[in-house]
Amino acid sequence: MPAEGATKDMIEAPEKEPLDVDGPGAVRVEAVGRTFITRRGQLDALAGMSLHVGSGEVVSVVGPSGCGKTTLLELVCGLQTPDSGTVSSAPAALMPQRDLLLPWLGALDNACLALRARGLGRDRARRQAQPWLERFGLGGFERTRPAELSGGMRQRVSFLRTLLAGKPVLALDEPFAALDAITRLQMQGWLSHVLETEPRTVVLVTHDVEEAIVLADRVVVMSPRPGRAVAEIEVPLKRPRHRTDAHVVELREQALEALGMPR
Amino acid sequence: MRRLASRGWRPLVLLAVLIGTWELYVDLGGADSLILPPPHQIASSLYDDRSLLWSSFLVTAREVLLGIMLAAIAGFACAVALHFSTRTLRPAVYPLLIASQTVPVPIIAPLLVLWLGFGILPKLVVIALVSFFSIVVTTLAGLAAVDPELPKLMRTFDATRVRVFRLVELPAALPGVFTGAKISVVVAVIGAVFAEQAGSSSGLGYLFQQSVPQLLTARAYAAVVILSAFAILLFGLLALAERLVLPWAYQPLGERPA
Repeated sequence: MPAEGATKDMIEAPEKEPLDVDGPGAVRVEAVGRTFITRRGQLDALAGMSLHVGSGEVVSVVGPSGCGKTTLLELVCGLQTPDSGTVSSAPAALMPQRDLLLPWLGALDNACLALRARGLGRDRARRQAQPWLERFGLGGFERTRPAELSGGMRQRVSFLRTLLAGKPVLALDEPFAALDAITRLQMQGWLSHVLETEPRTVVLVTHDVEEAIVLADRVVVMSPRPGRAVAEIEVPLKRPRHRTDAHVVELREQALEALGMPR
Repeated sequence: MRRLASRGWRPLVLLAVLIGTWELYVDLGGADSLILPPPHQIASSLYDDRSLLWSSFLVTAREVLLGIMLAAIAGFACAVALHFSTRTLRPAVYPLLIASQTVPVPIIAPLLVLWLGFGILPKLVVIALVSFFSIVVTTLAGLAAVDPELPKLMRTFDATRVRVFRLVELPAALPGVFTGAKISVVVAVIGAVFAEQAGSSSGLGYLFQQSVPQLLTARAYAAVVILSAFAILLFGLLALAERLVLPWAYQPLGERPA
């Protein structure tokens, strides 16, 4: 498996650029149905949902609240199994909606969490994460706890933690939803830049259509619950993209239309 | 220290007012000083009987400290075991734990003396019994209060169950452990008194029991004062340790860098 190779590489040669993910990092979700039994009865989260993401492709999934976007990501990450249909995905690491940083750890140790989870010792994990922290503009904040970091910084630490899991697929669950508008725009530009230098297969769930267009190679629009893909919009635009670019605006309107918003 | 100096006078003022009222009440003939000794008699007993009180205190302090350690180790281990077996062990054991708390200590203490003799052992068991429960409950609550998304996240990082516990759940539960310990030190002191009264020849609880029939009420109250001061001291030490060990739990949400 490609993830294995990448993992070994990271452990043995931390100074080298790790995370080589040339191999197949594809995600295939075929006609998946997922139903939850709640106290108020059956809840169909997904029905006939399909999603194909090629290796190294960035795909955004947009849809109304409660359309099963988070369920979709958990299926991709193997945290749930579908009731019908199939999910096959290269190993995926989750970046949760809230940053979920551990309040007792500094930024560096929080970023190390995925490495520690795999069994790396603290010092090795720190040595490996340190250059990344600096690259992500977090140098000097190694020992700063989350409560003292800004929202944008916390989100960068959270992203780094998921990146250092060394998985070929990143499952990002509304990563910037909790940020203020200006920080969100900055973080979108930042993530776009990072993914250019660190290509990964990315499934980015968001309810922000503009974010979806600016970041993704392709946008998949989902229906209200039970969620399924109702439209697909290719984004054949060069990066970096700007939200006021006429093409971006046009694609955004297309996506909003697919979501049922009249022009 | 400055915070302590600026706020520490408040309980002292309240205490002074209470003691003053008490003193006046007894002095003006509100109560027989044999039944309710005035504070100045307790104070002079604290001084006059200092060597007796001190040697008794050492006995009780040893029992309390060892008993709490026993309770902390057993309570923590029990909480972790129940946490790891939420489905089977926890529903089976939890009701019994609660039941163990309803056993009246004054009744079980003499039985323990019969079984375990007059030494320190029955005292440790009584103290551990009364202080064990709060440690189990608060530790268990702390372990269970971890955001349910975190174990999920850790699973996508390929963490084993033990690593999720060590890296995420255990540190998250530590504030709860301290809360339980702070509650249990206070009840442990009460437990020590009951245990000593059930059968012993030394300690503050024993001294208290011996002093009342001898009409040495001031001495009995002096023993109570020392027990209270000891409980406050232990509580304060734990609170201090908590701040040193878990600074993040006290981190104020202050200014954040942009």
